Amino acid sequence: MEYIVEMLGIRKEFPGVLANDNVTVQLKKGEILALLGENGAGKSTLMSILFGLFHMDKGKIKIRGKEVRINNPNDANALGIGMVHQHFQLVETFTVTENIIMGVEDGFVLDRKKAGKRIKELSEQYGLNINPDEIIEDISVGMQQRVEILKMLYRNAEVLIFDEPTAVLTPQEIHELMEIMRNLIKEGKSIILITHKLKEIKEIADRCTVIRRGKVIGTVEVNSTSTQQMADMMVGREVSFTVDKKAKEAGEVVLEIDGLNVLNNRKTLGLKDFTLQVRRGEIVGVAGVEGNGQTELVEAVTGLRKIESGSVSILGQDTARYSVRKKNEAGIAHIPEDRQKFGLVMEYTLAENFVLKSYYHPPYSNFKLLNKDIMNEHAEKLIKDFDVRAGQGSKSPAKALSGGNQQKAILGREIDLDTDLLIAVQPTRGLDVGAIEYIHKRLVEQRDSGKAVLLVSLELDEIMDLSDRIAVINSGELIDLVINDDSVNEYDIGLMMAGVKRGDEQ
Amino acid sequence: MKKDFTGIYKSLGAVILGLIAGGILMAAIGANPFKGFLYLFMGGIQSIERIGNVFATATTLILTGLSVAFAFRTGLFNIGAAGQMLIGGLCATIIGLSFNDLPRVILLVVMFLAALLGGAIWGIIPGLLKARFNVHEVVATIMMNWIAYWVVYYVIKNNFTAGLETESASIPAVAQLRIPWLTELLNGSYLNLGIVIAVAAVIVIKFILDRTTLGYELKAVGYNRHASRFAGIKVNRSIILSMMIAGGLAGLAGLTYYTGYSINIQIGKLPTQGFDGIAVALLGATSPWGVFFSATFFGLLHAGKGFMSANTSVPPQISDTIIAIIIYFTATSLFIENIVKKLRNKRAERKALKAAGASTSPPTAKPGSDDNTKPGGDEQ
Repeated sequence: MEYIVEMLGIRKEFPGVLANDNVTVQLKKGEILALLGENGAGKSTLMSILFGLFHMDKGKIKIRGKEVRINNPNDANALGIGMVHQHFQLVETFTVTENIIMGVEDGFVLDRKKAGKRIKELSEQYGLNINPDEIIEDISVGMQQRVEILKMLYRNAEVLIFDEPTAVLTPQEIHELMEIMRNLIKEGKSIILITHKLKEIKEIADRCTVIRRGKVIGTVEVNSTSTQQMADMMVGREVSFTVDKKAKEAGEVVLEIDGLNVLNNRKTLGLKDFTLQVRRGEIVGVAGVEGNGQTELVEAVTGLRKIESGSVSILGQDTARYSVRKKNEAGIAHIPEDRQKFGLVMEYTLAENFVLKSYYHPPYSNFKLLNKDIMNEHAEKLIKDFDVRAGQGSKSPAKALSGGNQQKAILGREIDLDTDLLIAVQPTRGLDVGAIEYIHKRLVEQRDSGKAVLLVSLELDEIMDLSDRIAVINSGELIDLVINDDSVNEYDIGLMMAGVKRGDEQ
Repeated sequence: MKKDFTGIYKSLGAVILGLIAGGILMAAIGANPFKGFLYLFMGGIQSIERIGNVFATATTLILTGLSVAFAFRTGLFNIGAAGQMLIGGLCATIIGLSFNDLPRVILLVVMFLAALLGGAIWGIIPGLLKARFNVHEVVATIMMNWIAYWVVYYVIKNNFTAGLETESASIPAVAQLRIPWLTELLNGSYLNLGIVIAVAAVIVIKFILDRTTLGYELKAVGYNRHASRFAGIKVNRSIILSMMIAGGLAGLAGLTYYTGYSINIQIGKLPTQGFDGIAVALLGATSPWGVFFSATFFGLLHAGKGFMSANTSVPPQISDTIIAIIIYFTATSLFIENIVKKLRNKRAERKALKAAGASTSPPTAKPGSDDNTKPGGDEQ
């Protein structure tokens, strides 16, 4: 069997962390190899080594059977290795053509026409359907990803590395991406797919190499392995996929959003005439592709963004004009999307972070003086209750914690506020399967105890697993509100996420 | 409570490297560095009067350093300590020259309050501009420095001169911070009540930062504006308050300098102590007691340089150069830290490899955290 890429016995150590420990990965020509592992397992590090972004401490890389040295991305390109990054590396104000030829322009004068022609040919050959003259900021995220793919093809890449390519796509776009990948294979390319989504691996990959804590656990044929087996390999123990959730009658309305209009950062309406209710004992999931008004919705409800018109009531109390603190006090707990930017003061200790919203009143402070003993006791209790693993307990600075433990800390703090409404935005983003399981359990627990929960997530699976009702949002508008029972399927929701209303089809 | 000593190590490292570099400079101009340093430090500590002067010089630096450090802890860069100090000094001088028939205790208290208020107002203005119009505080405070410069020029020149056009009349003894028995005790040293104010300020600021909800809010805003807003802290109010307190501290520096150290105010001069305060704050790792010790160290260098140049062939500028080099090393401490870390890792790696070769026990693996490699939170 011919291998096109072989990474043999790779070792890479960062200060205090052994990211890759004697890792061997082999890619056959014309196959899709999935690289499966939890966050921090060392997948990205390994691929960054292959792409010349990091240097390995030990090991060998062979391309087409020949040992090579890859010192930088240019070396990788020259060897026919291309990478589609998770965060696109595109200039928003440039055209497709300009972005693609960037760095490989020949000569002093740009020949856009010639380049454009070649891009068009490539686009047709692989079924990418790209117009080379369009400006990047005018095209959808899915299209932008195709530009990234074209960039690699333009550079004659034979091996394409996809780093979590589906994170930003709608179900339909994911489907189309799978098609493109199949076309690429048909045309003789080879693909390494980095992902932690088992469903995608099952759908498209030929083989799967599982990495855990920097070590290869094994390589399996995807056809003869179940997703459960792969998940267990990835996590190192048995994983439960289903969220245990009993039917429950929703109670009184806690959050009532009525005709809400909010500007986005570009000063146009990011949320248009949005109306939604969340009641006690239910989880309402907001489904949508990133950047369709979810941020504006959450920030307007929590007071971080100005409301143009409309009302936001908590238990009948109109809070539209309230300050952030007054809103919090009216009964909002909020697990923010970006935990490091909004959720925590990274330099503060856990004890200090746990009182971020309550430091100003007893028992944490009296007459404006902080009561450190009580703060520490409080922290130790939450650390125990929410299983936050921190080296120095309540005295650990937040930045010393792993992402999952930071999220558990925020979850603990917000749940401990014991408010009527809990808003959770992307609560499991970037977390490993174990932490996801835990956080889902706690969210459902909140619902069961009679709290109203508003869940905003880009992961459709998460929305479908947890929600009692699903609100689908597109371009700042509520497309539809559906009851999440057995009649709902991912495909329908996906269409709505793309802005197609029920009945609009055909 | 466990203390974090990394700041102290960094500062001490910078001081030692600065002194070594200074020694090399002395040797380069043909002087004996050991002799140079001997006289430099002797100049600071050889007599009780000189020790007094070290602290007298340090007094002003403690307060300007504290001003810069306090603003820094709350995420603001106060370049305006010089102007705030001038205005504080001006207010105290005006009171001292105009109302010197008041009983001494009352007069001094009023002067103290005037200096505090004057500096605070000079700090509030950039704070307001920042909070309201997002004017960067560096730009605003620099402009405030020059406004202070010309205000002093105008007010003193037209109303408070005596004899010389270039400086105010001397502050009468009743309005001075100098106390005769202390001056006598220290054989004529300039040390004055200001040191009491400075040390008290260190204690008060430390208390505010560590123990109060105000300090908690201000530091939270300094570390992470977004999370503070998320938590319901009024970020703009914190910025204004922080600049006000920083300004007040620098205003007190003006009080101690113009009515304690120099006993008159010169026109057409921005006090260098305002800018030295930045260096003091940096070397003191922006902690109140750190500021106290670094200001004292700078006081020592300032007080000793004259003695050094009088007794050796080393010019007094060497002492300023040492201060400058120390600041460079403090500012680049991150760079030094990285070098040290790299060396340490290399050594650990070699050891680990050796150990792995010798025994069969596998090295413990830890999962690499993706959070380290993720680009920082992008502004949306």
